[in-house]
Amino acid sequence: MTTAEQTTERSLPKPQFTDAEAGAKVFPDSTARNYNYFVPQKRRQTHYEDVTVEVQPDPRHYLAQGWIYGFSDGRGGYPLDWTALKAWGSDRPEPERFPGSGGKGYDWPAHGWHEFRDPNEEWELTLYKYNANVVRQLAANVDAARQTKAFEQWNPNWVSFVESHVGAWMHVEHGLGLYVFSNANRRGPTNMHNTAVAVNGMHRIRTAQDLALYNLTLSEEIEGFDGSAHLEAWNSDPAWQGVRRVAEQLTCVDDWAEAVFAVNVVFEPLIGELFRSHLVQQASPRNGDYVTPTVVGAGEHDYATRDLRYTIAMFEPLVNDKEFADHNKTTMDQWLSVWVPRCLEAARAMQPLWSQPDAKPPRFEDGLDRCKSRFTGILSDLGLETPKELAQ
Amino acid sequence: MSRQSVAKAHQKIQELAWEPLYHEPVSQYGTDYTFSKATKKDPLKQVLRSYFPMQEEKDSRVYGASDGAIRGNMFRQVQERWLEWQKLFLSIIPLPEISAARAMPLLFHNVPNPELHNGQAIQMIDEVRHSTIQQNLKRLYMNNYIDPAGFNSSLRNFQNDYCGTIGRQFAEGFITGDAITAASIYLTIVAETAFTNTLFVAMPAEAAANGDYLLPTVFHSVQSDESRHISNGYATLLMALADEGNHELLERDLRYAWWNNHRVVDAAIGTFIEYGTKDRRKDRESYAEMWRRWIYDDYYRSYLVPLEKYGLVIPHDLIEESWNQIWNKGYVHEVAQFFCTGWVANYWRMDPMTDKDFEWFEYKYPGWYSKYGAWWENYNRLSIPNGHNPIVFEDVDYAYPHRCWTCMVPCLVREDMVMADVDGQTRTYCHEACKWTDTVAFRPTFHGRETPSMGRLIGKREWETLYHGWNWADVVSDMGYVRDDGKTMVAQPHLNLDPKKMWTLDHLRRCPPLQSPNVLLNEMSKDEQKAFHADYTAHGPAGKAPVKA
Repeated sequence: MTTAEQTTERSLPKPQFTDAEAGAKVFPDSTARNYNYFVPQKRRQTHYEDVTVEVQPDPRHYLAQGWIYGFSDGRGGYPLDWTALKAWGSDRPEPERFPGSGGKGYDWPAHGWHEFRDPNEEWELTLYKYNANVVRQLAANVDAARQTKAFEQWNPNWVSFVESHVGAWMHVEHGLGLYVFSNANRRGPTNMHNTAVAVNGMHRIRTAQDLALYNLTLSEEIEGFDGSAHLEAWNSDPAWQGVRRVAEQLTCVDDWAEAVFAVNVVFEPLIGELFRSHLVQQASPRNGDYVTPTVVGAGEHDYATRDLRYTIAMFEPLVNDKEFADHNKTTMDQWLSVWVPRCLEAARAMQPLWSQPDAKPPRFEDGLDRCKSRFTGILSDLGLETPKELAQ
Repeated sequence: MSRQSVAKAHQKIQELAWEPLYHEPVSQYGTDYTFSKATKKDPLKQVLRSYFPMQEEKDSRVYGASDGAIRGNMFRQVQERWLEWQKLFLSIIPLPEISAARAMPLLFHNVPNPELHNGQAIQMIDEVRHSTIQQNLKRLYMNNYIDPAGFNSSLRNFQNDYCGTIGRQFAEGFITGDAITAASIYLTIVAETAFTNTLFVAMPAEAAANGDYLLPTVFHSVQSDESRHISNGYATLLMALADEGNHELLERDLRYAWWNNHRVVDAAIGTFIEYGTKDRRKDRESYAEMWRRWIYDDYYRSYLVPLEKYGLVIPHDLIEESWNQIWNKGYVHEVAQFFCTGWVANYWRMDPMTDKDFEWFEYKYPGWYSKYGAWWENYNRLSIPNGHNPIVFEDVDYAYPHRCWTCMVPCLVREDMVMADVDGQTRTYCHEACKWTDTVAFRPTFHGRETPSMGRLIGKREWETLYHGWNWADVVSDMGYVRDDGKTMVAQPHLNLDPKKMWTLDHLRRCPPLQSPNVLLNEMSKDEQKAFHADYTAHGPAGKAPVKA
């Protein structure tokens, strides 16, 4: 059946040819197609720099009217003295503003903090691609293990080790991810600092969740697997209380740079890698477990290839700062003298864990020696001396 | 992951939280709110195993559309009138977004509910996404739109321009002062829940009508994250409401946050939507109509009012007054007129209105032409340099306004302007509500109660003060709003890119010097100030002098 339907024209915006594309006309600035308010680190500005640099303003160069909202003490923005470290230019006062003062500040960058660039060039596109790949790969690994009944090959002691001690590590990742790194994203002097530590925070929170969900899978796959044993280990096992003390101390640090330094320069090589690389990764295959290393290895990879990389790029220029190198070295040495003994004490408290698996990993002392050597290498990359406390 | 497995996974990750046994975490941000340990469930139920792939997929769609826009020559159809206003908007918005990320730690130690911290961490990284994806959109415009000037200098401009300073409230308000006031009430309860509707839904629709489908692509993707953030705020609000002692602070903060968002967001987005569009179909919604739907009905009536039964004191009077400002007092029209009056101090080009625009405005806002028509005809007449000065220096029956000390939008609805002597200075405010924010809300006591954590309004809040007595050519040079020939201005009061039709520093050199209204006000005696106030409030609408009897 056909009917003659009455059609009324729908009300829609009409496309128009405007010829408003680049190159359609020549006029002043018609070819000026670069962000022109910062100096790139290398010859050409990178995509990462374009989406990151200067998003967080600074009254020392362009922010003419200054910060307009403050805390109750009248301070706004991102005070440079939220860390004891200093980059060149840090001590110059903010430009004074008064009737007729004009709005110009110091020439860009005004101080050395703005020279930091994350070598991982993290922004949203990179961080989602990277982390999505990690979680997809982990899910595939665990799924494959489940389908091939790989967990049946674990010996009972190893099951117990994974439920308690691999499980306990999730709490370290979660606590440091939230209360050290995510917390620090409010406190750094530039957008590059704060974005890098925010991404670091998400690595750790993701690793914590990876471990928790792995634990959940094991509860479903291994008969008798106690999915809550990690809580008891974290809350009361003496082997974990040293690590817990240090993790809690790290959440007490007011100085954002000290907190990042203490975790990524000291805690990670002396405790994190000791536990992950020199215990879990070594003992797992000997106890019939090829799955746990892929889960733990993802967090290991985050730290070793990305988080440590930006950390060195962040602190090394401060060690060699043209104005404050001595001040910064002295400050970082003080931090080392505080955090190295704390981390070594916590590391030694973990020693009983090495004797728990049936098939033993390499000796604790050998692992610790390697970690000390790794730590010394990191200090060397930073241009810092090995502290005497490391000999303890 | 299936819905069931997400729920199970989310339940599992609750085991991650722990309370300190040996050392108390550092407390870096204060609040005057108190929280009983009444727990509230994490409303997000988001697990990173599904979150990261979801966001990656959303990114793929956004960047695929970006490629398509370039290959499909989208910029041959984009309206310049629209894209020029994006030079302002996209210079502002990445900072509020990243500030929202920076705001989340304010809540960690002040909202004693570890379950909510998971949602706050996800919001943090969402906001990093928003800030950088928006910077990237601007970069794409800079590379592909006919006139890159203003995009290329965006973040310097944003930091030294008075419009940027107005916009910065929508960022600095998230990260300073009382932690709950800032990161919860101002950010999530009002800015995100109410005003992202106009920012990220209404405005993109207008972009599409102007040939730009990339802005909707990016901002709808952003808005799909906002719904999670709204849930964060709601959970915290319910926790705060559970403690009777917080009710007075909630009342204060809702009043401040509502009014400030109205003043700032309605000024900017209202102008973009009404004066940045070429779509003059009579059946397309005006900003006032959108506001009524998205903010008044969806937010106020559907979200806020039901909370009244839990003890939340809702600023009904301010919400009605905001509508009164938009509908009866022409708030958006007054702001657009001011932006265009002061085009010389900005970094984008502002297209004159045409007869077709006039007809639409008169249809949508009856009486518009009698108030604003003559001024816009003058704006058109004075847009191309021809021996005259920019409109701000010409006699077009427009009195240059004073700035509001609180919201920093000028006092444009002249009859509402109020003054106060505060901290040794005479200040002007656009409305009694803004005066209240400065003189009552942002103070260390509130209604006799100690509020030691409350923030402060700081900084040089009147932009003109900085350039008091300067020649305008020097002002524009100092701010850097000059094109690569060293003399042509970035801003223009028209869209003609013929260099002979563009204003240069030479045109500004002959203009009278810039005078700070606030500096001049503070040089007056009290009697003179009183007379000034009476005269000021007799002006308007449209900045017109009162008709003499």
